[in-house]
Amino acid sequence: MPLNPVRATLPNGAVLLAKQTSTTPAVAINLAVRAGSVADPAGQPGLTWLLSRVLDRGTATRSAADIAEELDSRGITLTIAVTRHLFSLVCTCLADDFEPVLALVGDIVMRPSLPDDEIAARKREVITAIRQDQDNPAVRASETLMACLYPDGHPYGRPTKGSIEIVEALTRDQLVRHHAERFAPAASSVVVVGDVDTVRARNVVASVFDGWNRRPAPEIPLPPLTPSRGRRRRVVPMMNKAQADIAYGFVTIRRRDPDYYACWLMNNVFGQYSIGGRLGDSIRERQGMAYYVSSALDANVAEGPLAIRAGISPANVDRAIASIDQEITAIVTEGITQKELDDSRRYLVGSIPRALETNAAIANFLQTAEFFDLGLDYDARLPDLLGAVTLDQANAAARRLLDVNCATVVIAGPYVDGPLGLEAGG
Amino acid sequence: MRRTTLENGLKVLIQEEHTAPLASVWCWYRVGSKDEHPGITGVSHWCEHMNFKGTENIPRDQVKGLIEQYGGSWNGYTWIDQTTYLETATRDALDRMLFIEAERMARCLYHPDDCESERTVIISELQGGENDPDQLLDQELTATAFKAHTYRHPTIGWLSDLQTMTRADLYGYYRRYYVPNNATLVIVGDVDPDEALRRVDHHFRAIQPGAEPDRIRTAEPEQTGERRLTIRKEGTTAYLKVGYHAPSVEDADFYPVLALDAVLTGAKGLNLWSSFRVPPPQRSARLYRALVERGLASCVFGALMPTAEPFLYTVSATATDATPLAAVESALLEELDRVWRDGITDAELAKAKAQLRARLVFDSDSVTNIAHQLGYFETIANVDTFLEAPSRIAAVTVDSVAAAARRLLPAANRTVGYFDPLPLG
Repeated sequence: MPLNPVRATLPNGAVLLAKQTSTTPAVAINLAVRAGSVADPAGQPGLTWLLSRVLDRGTATRSAADIAEELDSRGITLTIAVTRHLFSLVCTCLADDFEPVLALVGDIVMRPSLPDDEIAARKREVITAIRQDQDNPAVRASETLMACLYPDGHPYGRPTKGSIEIVEALTRDQLVRHHAERFAPAASSVVVVGDVDTVRARNVVASVFDGWNRRPAPEIPLPPLTPSRGRRRRVVPMMNKAQADIAYGFVTIRRRDPDYYACWLMNNVFGQYSIGGRLGDSIRERQGMAYYVSSALDANVAEGPLAIRAGISPANVDRAIASIDQEITAIVTEGITQKELDDSRRYLVGSIPRALETNAAIANFLQTAEFFDLGLDYDARLPDLLGAVTLDQANAAARRLLDVNCATVVIAGPYVDGPLGLEAGG
Repeated sequence: MRRTTLENGLKVLIQEEHTAPLASVWCWYRVGSKDEHPGITGVSHWCEHMNFKGTENIPRDQVKGLIEQYGGSWNGYTWIDQTTYLETATRDALDRMLFIEAERMARCLYHPDDCESERTVIISELQGGENDPDQLLDQELTATAFKAHTYRHPTIGWLSDLQTMTRADLYGYYRRYYVPNNATLVIVGDVDPDEALRRVDHHFRAIQPGAEPDRIRTAEPEQTGERRLTIRKEGTTAYLKVGYHAPSVEDADFYPVLALDAVLTGAKGLNLWSSFRVPPPQRSARLYRALVERGLASCVFGALMPTAEPFLYTVSATATDATPLAAVESALLEELDRVWRDGITDAELAKAKAQLRARLVFDSDSVTNIAHQLGYFETIANVDTFLEAPSRIAAVTVDSVAAAARRLLPAANRTVGYFDPLPLG
């Protein structure tokens, strides 16, 4: 059954998407503001992340303790997430609690008080989290890959949490100004999925957000990307670790690129299908070198990354990278087979009901469709979009995205590459 | 829910859920790392990996795609009491899922080359876990808290056992425990129960029962004094973990301790498969206020898992930058002493119950999650323990929590673990 969500735009520009389900007596709320980490002001990467830690710690009329009590007494966890482009408040509540919970979420997003003592406390937590990241090979590999793929201060290359020095220096005034500039109804979409009829959902959303009137600042232009020429290799030695993490990647395409579905299917064959696609067959199943290996395509507003990730014993790092090279060379030169394409397609189309089973998953799907302007019937059109991809298009996508000679390869873990930390290769 | 037992001893639980055109099949075995002894630690988990590698009627190279062609997902996991396998796919895949599980129960191959190749995959999994200081501390704390019971060793096994176990060890273990009379099959979804049961019978009835598997009989003796351990290893962050021998799921104290944990660190629910993916509501919880709000820790987490035999209730905290672990421990134990001495209030109990009720709803939002819960509880105890959870939670009183806290929290019952990092380089 197609989702057929209801979509409405309030007079102030806020968008509502609602879908009624009856799986459980619960409702998922997903509120997204186009104020992700790309909007961090110059010189202040990490500001949006700190704001996400403080936003729900007080409003004009509620103290942090009041908010804690309101959430906890209903068994609700409010998750605030920051991606490159979106700042999201997500929770699931019992259907009976929908009105007061949406009112609370609205209050938090529209009227945060950002108290000084809360900012100081959350800074300590963020700094601890940054230190934990510094000791995590998976995070170090991925952040180094992104910094290499998106150099020169590109927002996609910056660590979302920022650095300890910058976080320490952030002030309440900066957070208040940023919230005032970036949080506005016309930059917001509220998705409500669950055991609540769509008329009621609309009325409640309207009553909560109607009085919010503020113009959003213009969207941040993303700097142009220069495709990397030549292969690069970076080593992040972490000799206190047992296993190395490899992050191997490329800058690829935008989400709105006409080749997106061909790239998606190609990547599924290459590094996802079943247990890691062709990469999993080679590196895990045939060679027994890794517990996990896969590739992820993250096409975004700007050209997003395709990142291959693997956890590898230090002794096998070079062999694993050679195997990744080999699989890329094979897919680029020989292409995938019609059977592989059909298998991945059948899987992706067949998995739609499962991917849209829970309220939270539907809400997330609708929010993504709204952000990329994919249409209210996107779930219904998706099988045809995938169905239209030909073998030639999938193979052209492999040639377009993957090239061992232009790969960026990062190794983080108990591994040294010549003199400690020295960059090798182009 | 339909309950049946086939003649060969296989228990079958079927529940209709028509909210999506999906079905979830889980096959559960009463075998986990507690059934292992030194020399073969990790064998249950390794067998789980081997049971995805082809059978007499599913050639090795055709495993991939069997469920994917129905848009399905598959997986498995092993823990201390259980090993389980699942497929969730469109409802037309039901027969395929049952075929796979019947094959897995009786006809896995354990090809020697696959055993060798999987050895290094599992060692890689172990090393990946060691990269995480908190996981390392958890493993060491458990091994210290238990001196006799086989809950003491990690489910992944000790490295030397993984390096030396043989194909014969693996296959012998598989044959002993993978018998219908040691298993529960669960089906939840958009199915007709009568037809589903006919298909179960078709696929499983010819599988012969086996001898009742041996069980390790050693019980953990009562702990008679506090135990402590400190891991000193290079790192950036200090971690504290405190563990108490805790009631098993069938103990009358289990639900009172679950409520106690909700008061201390926020309710987690009861679903090992999904509960831990959403953080607990804990901003007003006692230990959050005592540790996180006072700036001593960046996070605190309590864990009480339903288990067949008494396992551990653990509280973990990550020290904020430059906060000594002793300060975190002191604040944590002060709160635990307070609840041990004074119990909890009516208001706290009411909130804990509201949280637990909500989590039970949130944890049943998919056919996969519902099927997990039925099979999990049937395997570690019986499914009624789960079905009765709402009434058992409702029956918890301030007095029963206080009494359970007094039994749980004496100093002599605890083990305190530090991960105290050495400077990097």
